[in-house]
Amino acid sequence: MHEIFTTRNNPYVDPIMAMWEWQIPVYLFLGGMVAGMMIIAGYFLFSGRHKESNCACFSIPFTSLILLSLGMFALFLDLAHKPYVWRLYTTFQLKSPMSWGAWILILVYPALIANILIRPSQWMINRVPKLSEIAGKIQQHHILIRNIGILNMLFGLMLGAYTGVLLSTLGSRPLWNTSLLWVLFLVSGLSAAAAYVHLVAKNKAESELLAKADNGFLVVELFVFVMMFLGLLSSAKPHIEAANLLLNGAYAPIFWVFVIGMGIVIPLIIQLLAVNHKVKHTPIAPIMVIVGGLILRFVIVSAGQYSHWFNAHFH
Amino acid sequence: MNSLSRRKFLKISGATIATAAVLAGSAKTFVKASKKISERKGLEIIPTYCDLCFWKCGALAYIEDGKLWKVEGNPADPLSNGRLCPRGTGGVGAHYDPDRLKSPLIRKSLRGEEKWIDVTWDEAFDYIAEKMIKIKNEYGPESVALFSHGIGGSFLKHLIRAYGSPNETAPSFAQCRGPREVGFELTFGDVVGSPERTDIENTRCLTLIGSHLGENMHNTQVQEFSRAVERGASIIVVDPRFSVAASKAKYYLPIKPGTDLALLLAWMSIIVNEKLYDAEYISKYGTGFDLFVAEVSKYTPEWAYVETGIEPDLIRETAREMARYKPASLVHPGRHATWYGDDAQRSRAIALLNALLGSWGRKGGFYQTHSFSIPKYPYPPYPELKKESVHNPNNKYPFATGEQISTGIREATITGKPYPIKGWFVYGTNLMQALPNQNETVEAIQNLDLMVVVDVIPSEIAGWADVVLPESVYLERYDDLNTSPFKEAFVGIRQPVIEEPNDQKPNWWMAKKIAEKIGLGNYFPWKDVEEYLDTRLQAADLSLQELKTKGIIKAPQQPIYFEDGAEPEFLTPSGKIEFYSSQLAEAGFDPVPRYTKHPDPPPGYFRLIYGRAPVHTFSKTQSNPLLKDMMDENELWVNTDIAEKYGLNHGVYIKLKNQDGVVSNKIKVRVTERIRTDCVYMVHGFGQKSRQLRSTFNKGASDSELITKYTIDPLMGGTAMNVNFVTFEMEA
Amino acid sequence: MARFGMVIDTKKCVGCQDCVIACKTENKVPEGHDRDWIVTESHGKFPDILMEIRTERCNHCSNTPCVSCCPTGASHIHDVGGVVLVNHDLCIGCKACVESCPYDARFIHPDGYADKCTFCIHRVEKGLKPACVEVCPTYCMHFGDLDDPNSEVSKLLQSRKYHVNLPEAGTQPNIFYLI
Ligand code: SF4
Ligand code: SF4
Ligand code: SF4
Repeated sequence: MHEIFTTRNNPYVDPIMAMWEWQIPVYLFLGGMVAGMMIIAGYFLFSGRHKESNCACFSIPFTSLILLSLGMFALFLDLAHKPYVWRLYTTFQLKSPMSWGAWILILVYPALIANILIRPSQWMINRVPKLSEIAGKIQQHHILIRNIGILNMLFGLMLGAYTGVLLSTLGSRPLWNTSLLWVLFLVSGLSAAAAYVHLVAKNKAESELLAKADNGFLVVELFVFVMMFLGLLSSAKPHIEAANLLLNGAYAPIFWVFVIGMGIVIPLIIQLLAVNHKVKHTPIAPIMVIVGGLILRFVIVSAGQYSHWFNAHFH
Repeated sequence: MNSLSRRKFLKISGATIATAAVLAGSAKTFVKASKKISERKGLEIIPTYCDLCFWKCGALAYIEDGKLWKVEGNPADPLSNGRLCPRGTGGVGAHYDPDRLKSPLIRKSLRGEEKWIDVTWDEAFDYIAEKMIKIKNEYGPESVALFSHGIGGSFLKHLIRAYGSPNETAPSFAQCRGPREVGFELTFGDVVGSPERTDIENTRCLTLIGSHLGENMHNTQVQEFSRAVERGASIIVVDPRFSVAASKAKYYLPIKPGTDLALLLAWMSIIVNEKLYDAEYISKYGTGFDLFVAEVSKYTPEWAYVETGIEPDLIRETAREMARYKPASLVHPGRHATWYGDDAQRSRAIALLNALLGSWGRKGGFYQTHSFSIPKYPYPPYPELKKESVHNPNNKYPFATGEQISTGIREATITGKPYPIKGWFVYGTNLMQALPNQNETVEAIQNLDLMVVVDVIPSEIAGWADVVLPESVYLERYDDLNTSPFKEAFVGIRQPVIEEPNDQKPNWWMAKKIAEKIGLGNYFPWKDVEEYLDTRLQAADLSLQELKTKGIIKAPQQPIYFEDGAEPEFLTPSGKIEFYSSQLAEAGFDPVPRYTKHPDPPPGYFRLIYGRAPVHTFSKTQSNPLLKDMMDENELWVNTDIAEKYGLNHGVYIKLKNQDGVVSNKIKVRVTERIRTDCVYMVHGFGQKSRQLRSTFNKGASDSELITKYTIDPLMGGTAMNVNFVTFEMEA
Repeated sequence: MARFGMVIDTKKCVGCQDCVIACKTENKVPEGHDRDWIVTESHGKFPDILMEIRTERCNHCSNTPCVSCCPTGASHIHDVGGVVLVNHDLCIGCKACVESCPYDARFIHPDGYADKCTFCIHRVEKGLKPACVEVCPTYCMHFGDLDDPNSEVSKLLQSRKYHVNLPEAGTQPNIFYLI
């Protein structure tokens, strides 16, 4: 028998790392969803659909702004040394994804605001009448709108990828240590964003389109999962053990039921039937997708902290 | 201090550091020494000696801006060589312990209920004085007994003797190392003593049988053990548990508990039969060798295998191994030796094995000790004793010499025979965990008219007191000089390095005040302890000032091995090493140790064995915040196969029930391959029941609570405690 | 440039935690937190057991995920001896470094910053040894410059067999365990 005893007993480190609690998964989820929204909204701008009057895509930049701020607030809540948060912006640390993230957020906000300014809501115009003037000016420049679209897609991509890279660069946690994590989080963010539009869009065609897109994202997400696990399972022992944490270990029930089952497969089936007019569209499916995306972040953050090199070292 | 290393620094300013405050990086180096320590600024280093155990290592306390910062070893101290053990390093926690006793207490309800009234020192002393005078008048002064542990008890001992009582004891004899001292004294005419006179540093073969060095952190021994490991000394470890020392050993002998004497006899028979002993040494210093040979040569390894479970070849090989390196081959005498009831004989067997190897008095064996001779304080003579101590009536245990049997005094307190004991003073020893069978201790206490406990924490025994006197911790007080016998003679001082946080007082002050209240002030003629110490030191041509500055003063080296000119002297009746003991024969005991079988645990039961952890001393350090942080509960070591059989998982809590139906507190299971299947192990000192010790209350289980049965050593009255069997109680 | 490291003799270490307590008092490590700790690892079936006892702490790695991941530069490599330190005034307590260390050597100090072993740099810069090295009653710990072939630590590594912890994590730890 192999016995290991350690006298170390640091809070949130021993016996299992639990430094990051709910704040980081919430932040990663909201960041990913906002990223997805930016890409979708950006694509709509890019493809010139900004003229469609009742397009939900024009409400999502504003929603993104709120969600992103909520996410950042969650991140702030996680900081143990809150009064020093401004230190993030007195430096740029080339090798630190978190530093990149801090600065990406600085880019994301103007992009979102620019998007909002293209077609501010009536509510905003009532408060700041000048907005309609600005919007009018922007709308005269087609190229500008396309470029705002491109920027939103680009920064959305960076933001979505960053939420995965943040974890996957922490090589000490084998579960996170996979180069597909950013793809997974990006696709999952896109799918949650699509589900959101699908859910709120009043425009039937738009809703239908996003439902179809979401189905695509969900299929890709499943595929990414398969790839990710293949990668982990063909790696070193700690990575295999990390993958097994989700596949058949401590996190398997929640992973299979909530992330794969209720978060991907069931809504995928419902939406596939719906877009093929076999059943009616139901808000249940997109809600499941969004909740599944949130649970995915919780599972990955928590199981990732559980996974450890020591398992390899100590057999 | 800039870039000067501490050692260099000490050398340069050795003479001034103690009294002068040293301000790091500042020109203002000296602060008036008279100012209260807590009001001073800068860094100050004050030498003292440690009290986390009785080893008494020299220490340097660091005071930073009037606050106690840390304690390090005093490089001038031969016991610590500048390095304290973990408990000593954690000594500052004793000062900061939030559970400390803060003011004198008088009981306000039944004994043991731990309900108190805070009183002034004067009220407490009045209460004690009144009772002491009453007991003296009604029963005579002999009816007050003192139980004490450690050097801090010395002034109370003086008080009790001045009062007229001969009853003064420490559990360290009959509950701990007594059998060892008796076994060695019967053989070599001298005790092993404390610190043990083992020359581990120079040994070429170290045999540990009943010692878990490394878990037992007696500082010098551990340092020397490590050096022996480094030098590649051959190490033989005999233990039912795969101890830390076992992991460093060349040979590990997983002995069945209770059979150590069989192994020792078999080893001796091999050494004798194969003539591997030190013949010259034996013919020069020994007597009764032929009778001894006739007795031990019959114990074959094959016979011992049946008893001990150790392969005959392994027994042979280890016997030859230890003989190969003689005389630098040391069979360690252990320390806590009260196991099975034939402990003095087992210890004598260890002594005899060492005698065969010629290690007593030799380099790498047992060195000859020296101590600094400092005259006692010239007190007036003690009153003449009218009665003998009650500890050993009619000399029932004929070899209980030198020290008194604590359980004998407890017995007399219960029975009132040969005369009643009506008052107990308990100093620095938690009798609830030190003495076997807690019910008997409580029964004795209920017969008392006066029960005084002097302690730094509200220990379990304090809960049973009438009066509790809160003592300053060692960092806050003076104690008597340390002149322990060692390789080199030295004197060490304990002095206050910081003030008491509350109304705690040093023991010397308590003893003097009580003496004055009961009209014995003439026995405490000194103004304060400094005057007492100075008087003693001056009589030895030393000065208190110098000792306070250096912490340690050494005497010139003297030879410690026979080969270097140390005088072989054996204070046995024959003046020789007694292979055959006529004394024992005359008293009706085996003159050469013989094997006796001890009962095995019944089916479903396991022998309860216990030991030490490196970070605690008995039950007195558990509330020290630094040490508690290292280990705040004990665990029950259970062999993997047994755990599987009984469905015990690692980390679950269970209770233990002993053969008498006593159920322990809950304890966490440690499933491990590192122990035999017929015993379970726990660290002693946990499972404390004192509610005032909030931080340790009910943490872990108490072996003492489960030790309801004990076997008495017929030679010296030691209480053997490894004779209890336990079974698992799952519904914890 | 100097590269400070430790060479620890597992044959001598008894796991007494003296180093842990010395660190706690020297560095005023808050109660309930450990900058160093003891690992006891054993294999085998009773009584044939192999056991190793190690005192562990931040390895002051040469390849430091904990420094790279830090968004503020608080976690940094000191210019003396390559010691990995945290600047309390820059640290925002984001815990990335805690997550990034494969040895779990870091924790968050109750005051909010990431904390861990400093190799007692405040002592080392005064010519002293780290508190743990200086206190060890078994003399099992050695501290020095691994880049200096004549240092005690380098010589020990030349003459004895050793291992490091988790070499597969790729951090190039600078604490070596003699076996
Ligand atoms: S052995 Fe440890 S506890 Fe005992 S006196 Fe020495 S340093 Fe103190
Ligand atoms: S042990 Fe951990 S905290 Fe220390 S330098 Fe290496 S990676 Fe960083
Ligand atoms: S917790 Fe502090 S030191 Fe660690 S990465 Fe974050 S800011 Fe840097």
